[in-house]
Amino acid sequence: MFAYYLDLALRSLRRNKALTALMVLAIALGIGASMTTLTVLHVLSGDPLPGRSGSLYYPQMDPRDMDGYKPQDDPPEQVTWIDGMALLHAKRARYQALMTGGAVPIQPANSAIDPFFEDARYTSADFFPMFDVPFLFGHGWNAADDGASAHVVVLSRKLNDKLFGGKDSTGQMLRVDDMAFRIVGVLDSWRPTPHFYDLYTGSYSSEEGVFVPLTTATDMKFTHNGSNDCWGKGQSDNMKTATCTWLQLWVQLDTPAEAAAYRKFLLNYSSEQKALGRFQRPPNVRLPDVMGWLDYNKVVPSDVHLQVWLAFGFLLVCLVNTVGLMLAKFLRRSGELGIRRALGASRRSLFAQLLTEAGVVGLVGGSGGLLLALLGLWLVRRQPSDYAALAYLDLPMLLATFAAAVVATLLAGLLPAWRACLIPPALQLKSN
Amino acid sequence: MDIRPIFSTLRRHKITSLLLVLEIALTCAIVCNAVFLISQRLQRTEMVSGVAEHELVQIHVANIGKPADARARAQEDLALLRRIPGVTAAALLNQVPFTNSSSNTGIKLDPTQKLHTLSATMYMGEGVIDTLGARLVAGRDFNADEYMDFDAMRSDPDLQSKVGSVVITQALGERLWPGESALGKNIYLGETSVRVIGVVQSLIRPSLFRGDDSAQWTMVFPLRMSAASATRYVLRTAPGQRESVMAAAGKVLRENDPRRIILDTKTLDDIRSHFFQNDRAMAGILVGVIIALLVVTALGIVGLASFWVAQRRRTIGVRRALGATRRNILHYFQTENFLLATIGIVLGMVLAYGINLFLMAHYELPRLPAVYFPVGAVALWVIGQLAVLGPALRAAAVPPVVATRSV
Repeated sequence: MFAYYLDLALRSLRRNKALTALMVLAIALGIGASMTTLTVLHVLSGDPLPGRSGSLYYPQMDPRDMDGYKPQDDPPEQVTWIDGMALLHAKRARYQALMTGGAVPIQPANSAIDPFFEDARYTSADFFPMFDVPFLFGHGWNAADDGASAHVVVLSRKLNDKLFGGKDSTGQMLRVDDMAFRIVGVLDSWRPTPHFYDLYTGSYSSEEGVFVPLTTATDMKFTHNGSNDCWGKGQSDNMKTATCTWLQLWVQLDTPAEAAAYRKFLLNYSSEQKALGRFQRPPNVRLPDVMGWLDYNKVVPSDVHLQVWLAFGFLLVCLVNTVGLMLAKFLRRSGELGIRRALGASRRSLFAQLLTEAGVVGLVGGSGGLLLALLGLWLVRRQPSDYAALAYLDLPMLLATFAAAVVATLLAGLLPAWRACLIPPALQLKSN
Repeated sequence: MDIRPIFSTLRRHKITSLLLVLEIALTCAIVCNAVFLISQRLQRTEMVSGVAEHELVQIHVANIGKPADARARAQEDLALLRRIPGVTAAALLNQVPFTNSSSNTGIKLDPTQKLHTLSATMYMGEGVIDTLGARLVAGRDFNADEYMDFDAMRSDPDLQSKVGSVVITQALGERLWPGESALGKNIYLGETSVRVIGVVQSLIRPSLFRGDDSAQWTMVFPLRMSAASATRYVLRTAPGQRESVMAAAGKVLRENDPRRIILDTKTLDDIRSHFFQNDRAMAGILVGVIIALLVVTALGIVGLASFWVAQRRRTIGVRRALGATRRNILHYFQTENFLLATIGIVLGMVLAYGINLFLMAHYELPRLPAVYFPVGAVALWVIGQLAVLGPALRAAAVPPVVATRSV
């Protein structure tokens, strides 16, 4: 039966090519625009570490003085050196890493490459196992290296390609800011999206080229990039004692019970510090997980949301347009439908026939929409924003494109098909 | 023209007419808001900076290791840069307009205040006002003996209280002391007070991370930067010599310290254009959406009108046979479209207002000014009339003899 309906649908669509083309075009444009913007939204609001993000937490506390205190204030988004180190050494979580961003001059041994600046991450040993960072060669450094401010460095795959032509460079020395660093590891390609662990160096920035122990970087006074929020005496040359928050702390807690225990630990720590007089505000702690932290920071640019709304508005207009055209088309065929009714076709089968026709329009429109979405994403990739390079269609979004097109067109076909089915058989015969 | 027959015809095609009205209303509402958004974005790219943009060049450098004798190095660099033909002024600054790095601090009007009044940005460097070309509207620029060493102040916080003077923007003065002259007033940074000695017309805050409303909350301090504490050299050039200055400046800086990395050398025009590129891209997308919407709506009108014309061929023939002229038939379809468009537009206005309320709540947009409503209305009327013209002409071409034929 379906094959017969399909045949009827194709015949009917072929009979009025211009109109069919119009409907297909409208669906394709609407779906293409919507899927382009939805794909961008999907990529940007994705989970940076699927499977792991639920057990990674970002401890926050409030170490500030009473200047400008408002009880409803959120705690600062980063921690001080003193608190960060205290929590790092407390080892209350399975893994914990303290970090911040920066940039360092690299002086390649190969004189064919001029010295250049490279984005760097200053962090502690647990960074690599906690975020499950893949290694191409070697491994990360250990806690002893952190303690000794060792001159060790881990390179990204890209930087290793640039400096060593992709060969295993572990064990070799690299000059960083006029000092010799031993390369202990080379990462494989790794770009968590969003750049969740440090949103201050760009929410969608690519991975850093070099990773250096935070203790080493701070001792060497490497350039710090990111936000530096100070109070009281504030900024000074010694970042270890400055009353500034400038570090991000991440911990891994595998069960909700562990997370609850850690939150309690943070509260106790804050009360203790208040009793000691270091903290002045009442304890105010937070412990968001990765997705909670990304939500809190509203990482997806508001323009992207706006574009999604815009595309949906456009799709709605395209659908209303299609409903109108389909209605006109179906009603125009009252004669044919009346004859089919008179010959014994039930309303239900007429309805099915008309919806098949709508479905065909949807499928063809969906294919057009897919092409337009690919074109749209290509245009997005040529945009200046830092997330542009990420805008690619994945399989779920590809299937969603077809599903959306067919569902939308079937919905658009419901009203016209229903109206057309109401045609009484006899009347149509008579009028002809 | 009598519009009663049109209404009675439309009443027989209730659903189709309703759909057309709905499509016009939606298009009109979206177009109104999109045009408004475009104007907002374009207006943002026109933001006043208060500096001589067309004459400025920034050279952003980075050091390898800590530069030896950073203070002398900075003075040497600047002396060499000033010697380049075409350079009219040179300065070493902590921050530059339209870049994404800035120093900001909370300020108070009274040292006993619990909360900061607001957060303003701080320009530091010798000759900021002259080099950037900010226009003084009251008071004076800093005297040479007012400048203090930034590095010295950083290693000895007690020196902070010795920085006695500040130059602020007109907008900041107006925000802090509405209706009064800012000259001679005191601002408190923590415990330290500084006196306003000059007011510039405007000087934009580098990264506008606190929103566009505070774009002009700017202070300039008499602090001399060293090659260790600042990395942005700004050159003001004579007209037409920007390109040659840019080429020479990088060379001069590298020669004076071969261990330095030049991160980039750019004109302020380029830096500005880069800063607003997202706004321009968004405006472009919106223009695309408006065009697509109008095209789809126009094609929808063409499609439906063609159907109606085909359906009513017999009626048209009868009317022609009864004496209606071609012009009458043409006007009939044009009026029909005008009526539908008008209903759609009225509905669209209400919808446009609703969408604007939604955007205001979620995207911090201002209220849609009334001038944008006619824009959508005129666009839809014109599109409607253009779209219906083809089918209407075809209708007018139906010969009276059709009336005598059975279908």
